[in-house]
Amino acid sequence: MSRQSLSKAHKKITELSWDPTFATPATRFATDYRFDKAPKKDPLKQVLRSYFPMEEEKDNRVYGAMDGAIRGNMFRQVQERWMEWQKLFLSIIPFPEISAARAMPMAIGAVPNPQLHNGLAVQMIDEVRHSTIQMNLKRLYMNHYIDPAGFDISEKAFANCYAGTIGRQFGEGFITGDAITAANVYLTLVAETAFTNTLFVAMPAEAAANGDYLLPSVFHSVQSDESRHISNGYSILLMALADEDNRQLLERDLRYAWWNNHCVVDAAIGTFIEYGSKDRRKDRDSYAEMWRRWIYDDYYRSYLIPLEKYGLKIPHDLVEEAWKRIWNQGYVHKVAQFFATGWPVNFWRIDGMTDDDFEWFESKYPGWYAEYGAWWEAYNRLRHPGANKPIAFEDVGYQYPHRCWSCMVPCLVRQDMVVDKVDGQWRTYCSETCAWTDTTAFRPEYEGRATPSMGRLTGKREWETCYHGQDLADIVTDLGYVRDDGKTLIPQPHLDLDDAKKLWTLDDVRGNTFISPNVALNEMSDEEREAHVADYRSRTNITPSMP
Amino acid sequence: MTTQADKPAKAERSFPKPQFTDAEAGALVFPSSTSRAFSYYKPQKMRATMYEDVTFDVQPDPERHLLQGWIYGFADGSSGYPQDWTALKSSDWHRFLDPNEEWEQTIYRNNANVVRQVQQNLANARKAEAYQQWSRSWARFVERHVGAWMHAEQGLGMHVFVAIQRSAPTNMINNALAVNSVHKLRFAQDLALYNLDIEERLDGFDGSAHREVWQSDPAWQGVRENTERLTAVQDWAEALFAANLVFEPLVGELFRSHLVLQISARNGDYTTPTVMGAGENDYDRDLRYTRALFTLLLGDATHGAGNKAVVQEWLERWAPVSLEAARRLQPLWSQSAEKPVRFEDSLDRAKERFARLIEDLGLAAPADRTSERNAK
Repeated sequence: MSRQSLSKAHKKITELSWDPTFATPATRFATDYRFDKAPKKDPLKQVLRSYFPMEEEKDNRVYGAMDGAIRGNMFRQVQERWMEWQKLFLSIIPFPEISAARAMPMAIGAVPNPQLHNGLAVQMIDEVRHSTIQMNLKRLYMNHYIDPAGFDISEKAFANCYAGTIGRQFGEGFITGDAITAANVYLTLVAETAFTNTLFVAMPAEAAANGDYLLPSVFHSVQSDESRHISNGYSILLMALADEDNRQLLERDLRYAWWNNHCVVDAAIGTFIEYGSKDRRKDRDSYAEMWRRWIYDDYYRSYLIPLEKYGLKIPHDLVEEAWKRIWNQGYVHKVAQFFATGWPVNFWRIDGMTDDDFEWFESKYPGWYAEYGAWWEAYNRLRHPGANKPIAFEDVGYQYPHRCWSCMVPCLVRQDMVVDKVDGQWRTYCSETCAWTDTTAFRPEYEGRATPSMGRLTGKREWETCYHGQDLADIVTDLGYVRDDGKTLIPQPHLDLDDAKKLWTLDDVRGNTFISPNVALNEMSDEEREAHVADYRSRTNITPSMP
Repeated sequence: MTTQADKPAKAERSFPKPQFTDAEAGALVFPSSTSRAFSYYKPQKMRATMYEDVTFDVQPDPERHLLQGWIYGFADGSSGYPQDWTALKSSDWHRFLDPNEEWEQTIYRNNANVVRQVQQNLANARKAEAYQQWSRSWARFVERHVGAWMHAEQGLGMHVFVAIQRSAPTNMINNALAVNSVHKLRFAQDLALYNLDIEERLDGFDGSAHREVWQSDPAWQGVRENTERLTAVQDWAEALFAANLVFEPLVGELFRSHLVLQISARNGDYTTPTVMGAGENDYDRDLRYTRALFTLLLGDATHGAGNKAVVQEWLERWAPVSLEAARRLQPLWSQSAEKPVRFEDSLDRAKERFARLIEDLGLAAPADRTSERNAK
């Protein structure tokens, strides 16, 4: 930066825009929000003259750390349990990042505020940075970590794995539908302002505890850009609040965005932190404790609640409901159990839990062992091939769950599952709010008001439907989750790479037929379905202890 | 006196205990233990580049690996990155790779280098009191016309290139467009802050004159109209073509290279060419990817002929707009004290370059190739 002060420079660059008279910019992305009455709010000031050298310096630090990690043989110290989950996480996250870049013109087109446009354009190129720096981190892991399988098929696996599709909402949700719903409320007000705290701050801390200091190097560098993005989102929110008519939409979108982010991000990051860590010090924070600090206190109490004074209706009930799911209803544990149940159709390996883990979970989540301990013992017992099928096809007292049509995480808090016939099809939802998202929020009319710009839920939303009635070996082959010998699976329910006999092959999983719960539900008579749903809701789904 | 032994016992600090896990590459041999390349796409050459590895397939595509399709849709039923957001078609959109191989490090290195170069030159100019050596007529030229150009860059950067980087069917195309947009925005800001720098040091320099010139000076209304009309184009490929292959060679290079860079030195100004030259360098990079993309689309085995017809129509629509904008700039050529180049010669050079670009793509150059000098 020259001697010109930043505020002077920023004031000068506001002279760049003008009111067009020959033609106005094309409207590519519609919104039902109105900004005609909005006073213009300034975002954080950023001038490209100082931005580029600053980011270059940040890059240099990250790449210096990468060189250092390789020279210092970091991978002699990383925990495989942790690194395996990175195959999933780093397959997902570059897409949300690049989607955030693509979302910026949607916000720019919707909000008539040239000062804000500059901030959003800088955010755009930040997001290109984040996407490629994360891809490069994954490339480094692939090159230097003991087991590259899974990293090597990363973007393909992201696109065809059920877990990738769950994560894809945290990306597609930024770029599709009503421009403000997507690019402001879902992306900035909730995903970036709330959930990047657990994604990019809490999780990297856990990586460091597991011997990986590259993830913190990259993600803290990423997070240091987020404050500008949060400022962009806040400015748009204040402008939106200037028009009474926007408040109903804001209330709808905050409810949808909060709940969907909770369902998706807490499922993934909660699992990585709790089930990917080998750090079992009793005084290290559990995910629930981190959530309480980063989401409940820092976001909900310090950011959201103060917005009430501007007339924003805060979804207090859903914040409390999310906390209840995490703390009282074992949401993260049930998700981890589901991931591990489905191990043959993953593209990473999942380490079983040991006595040390049991002890830690019990101390952090009293009652954990009674609910999940026996299942993990069964998982360990069935981890090698030869005498048994994969755990999902053995009777361990665990019923494969229905999938939520909206958030696509299974309906794991079973008593809360909602079943409804929507658009001619029986659908299952993990919660009332996810049912509302599909049946009420993502529709062309909302509470009697036309919402022609609102998006739609599309696609083959239940992953299992794609492979209904097929043999498991054929499914894994079709997915491409097979190692370079043409028979050994990439996913394994253990970390034992030292003995080929312990590694599952296609032959070991052949003969197991895969069933889609949703197809089955739709084939039932009304009576059968009612009985099935009643049984589903009332079943504890707890594996009995071995005698 | 306290002794070491008297100190209260401190609680043992709790910290993670690293373990040696031997989880580095090569520690064991097992299936796929040497599979250390992204296998889901085919690199252009034998070995994948960093650019390809960090860019390819990050934006998924139902025609490649996307099993469940796009899971959110727009109200009209479209979703993801629809291919019909342009009239052009491709047998394989993913064949386009940015010849500049832009990814994070190249973006920041290049732009930070430009920033440093410009800053150093301006610092030297301030030290040498270079602006004070300018004639009044040259200062007025910089104030009005160099100043006015910042708006064209800003308009294209913000409302053409940022806008369309959501629209193309692949990550490789969209990233190239995003990088193009920040070139434009940075250059616009470079010009604005240069204007501020001069205003702070040169008495009588009106740092706000550029706005009125851009908005109402008849010489600039063609450029403004061209810029605004470009922002209104819905088809992303048309906007890219009309901006980088029509407007830039006919208007952008005409003003930057064939006027400002030619006459500044003769008017005692060595700073303006540094700032303006950085923009010209950006355009070289941006033109490279644009040509690569259109070469691919126009040479497509299946859709090449159809694409040519579409692009030819775009050419015929936009070339007159940009030629008109160029011609209306003519008064600028007579406004500085030293006039080393004639407008007709400058425009002839721009038209010649434009025709070469167009013919290289296999398109028919527009009919208006008459020398401006002969036309007179």
